[in-house]
Amino acid sequence: MSSMAMPAVSAPREPVAYRLYGKLGWTGLAVTWGGLVLLALLYYLTAESSALHVPDYVIVLIGKIMCYAMVALALDLIWGYAGILSLGHGLFFALGGYAFGMYLMRQIGHDGVYKSELPDFMVFLDWKEYPWFWAGTDQLWISLLLVVLVPGVLAAIFGFFAFRSRIKGVYFSIITQALTYAAMLLFFRNNTGFGGNNGFTDFKRIAEVGITLPGMKFTLFLLTAAALLGALLLCRWIVTSKLGRVLIAIRDAESRLRFCGYDTVGFKLFVWTVSAVIAGIAGALYVPQVGIINPGEMSPANSIEIAIAVAVGGRGTLIGALVGAGLLHGLKSWVTVAFPEFWLFLLGMLFVLVTLFLPQGIVGLWLRLRKK
Amino acid sequence: MVTAEKEITVDPASFSPDGTVSYNRVVDGSVPDLAHGAILYMDDITVSFDGFRAINKLSLSIDVGELRCIIGPNGAGKTTMMDVITGKTRADSGSAFFGQNMDLSKMSETEIARAGIGRKFQRPTVFEDHSVFENFELALKMDKGVWTTLFAKLSGVQRDRIDEVMTTVGLEARAHDPAGLLSHGQKQWLEIGMLLAQDPKLLLLDEPVAGMTDEETERTAELFVSLAGKHSLIVVEHDMDFVAAIARKVTVLHEGAVIAEGSLQQVKENERVVEVYLGR
Repeated sequence: MSSMAMPAVSAPREPVAYRLYGKLGWTGLAVTWGGLVLLALLYYLTAESSALHVPDYVIVLIGKIMCYAMVALALDLIWGYAGILSLGHGLFFALGGYAFGMYLMRQIGHDGVYKSELPDFMVFLDWKEYPWFWAGTDQLWISLLLVVLVPGVLAAIFGFFAFRSRIKGVYFSIITQALTYAAMLLFFRNNTGFGGNNGFTDFKRIAEVGITLPGMKFTLFLLTAAALLGALLLCRWIVTSKLGRVLIAIRDAESRLRFCGYDTVGFKLFVWTVSAVIAGIAGALYVPQVGIINPGEMSPANSIEIAIAVAVGGRGTLIGALVGAGLLHGLKSWVTVAFPEFWLFLLGMLFVLVTLFLPQGIVGLWLRLRKK
Repeated sequence: MVTAEKEITVDPASFSPDGTVSYNRVVDGSVPDLAHGAILYMDDITVSFDGFRAINKLSLSIDVGELRCIIGPNGAGKTTMMDVITGKTRADSGSAFFGQNMDLSKMSETEIARAGIGRKFQRPTVFEDHSVFENFELALKMDKGVWTTLFAKLSGVQRDRIDEVMTTVGLEARAHDPAGLLSHGQKQWLEIGMLLAQDPKLLLLDEPVAGMTDEETERTAELFVSLAGKHSLIVVEHDMDFVAAIARKVTVLHEGAVIAEGSLQQVKENERVVEVYLGR
């Protein structure tokens, strides 16, 4: 037994095929994204009178849902794999939105109500010049950089202290919730310099091109679809790498992993920061499509909604996050119009039902049925 | 214990079983200096929890390549001692050194594991959602930094090493099953195999045969005996038959301190040991 000869019974050489997706997966992605591109083309190329024309509001709604799907994806990466439940991902989403919103505000130029160089809310506060933290935001590339850096750096600093102190589980969730709540209060103040409770709105253009033009909406829609696909493939690549297996090991037995020689703080920090950056990019794509960003995006309820979307779709599957966000927000946009007062009850009930009867979510159920 | 001048020593890794010869090199602080023949020194260690002294002025030294059994009644401080060695618990006073140069009280759990101390827990702890193969992959000795892990691909040599370890612990047929489906004894074997894959210089094994069948216990004994010499082992065990099968030198702990040390026969004849442990 102790002889170290070649194994007599040799195990199959390929342990598990660690690939991005199988044939079925790639086909599904191609069909879905092909459909999205087709929708955009029908919107942009056909006349409004045509039977094939896709109306404006559909493009905006689907564009919005894709942004929600992207944050849900970001949350699934850390919650479903590393077991870190953030109830503050709305904060990173909003910060990305605000970072790009600053650029959108400067693109208004002199077309505001007060015809001033400054945004209306600054004129209202009787400010004479841009505060220092608005420096450079008239440059598209700087604001795009901020979209990545602001959520990324905040997440890295917060994560460093939280993970080093070994804060986890429900304590971590509560702290992230408090963090987004504190940020919301901060952004509600007019003196913070981000438009107070009105936030940013009334955008006119991006890169000197009108924001309400069909061409712009078409472009934003396609950019969002591309970003969502890119984020999905990036996350999928991470979780199918050895690092992904380390993340699951962190979720299941973190202290064992430390005794194997892994510095778990570094791994958590990496994936937490990637997740925050994806959420920030989603926020930046969201703002020009819906035309507004205000501190309401940082409200705890928004972040909880993201977690519910992931739970409904199925944790630790990535695709589940997209499915969950699509269903939840599709439902929301219908219910909040048809029965506005029932939405929160429905949301709560959905969460309870999924937790009780579908702990693996919709995609988890599908995977289980397929295995049988 | 502190030597004034910097010594040039032969790294014991040069006596590795694969027969490769390395050059003498200066001990650089990232590997334990084993020149004086001891791999672990614990001197006057005390650990207390809320006034209770789990470890009380414990001193212990383990030689390179030694297989040491530690026995003692429940609450004697055996597991706490392992916690101190692996950095899970900090000692209130006293010193613990890995080799002559690595002060364990100043290292994190990860650093201690990387320096070459591996641990098997009392309750088998494996990654239950991962396959047996993946458990070994995670444990396998390699650079465990974030970036290298993100881009890691198993080489043929590494894969052979995993196959070899899987065969050694008899789990090759279960390679692709989730570890959570293994029996208790098989989980024990998996964790022991993960330690082998990690290739530590010093192995700490906390009740490794608990829950194993007689046959499994026998095979474990054979394995440990074959490991001694190439590795140093500290085995904590209650199963006296198992201890008898593997023991060369036995240390008896009681109330956080060493009360006897020697061959199993000597220890068994020690009156104090009979009184507090064996005689019960």
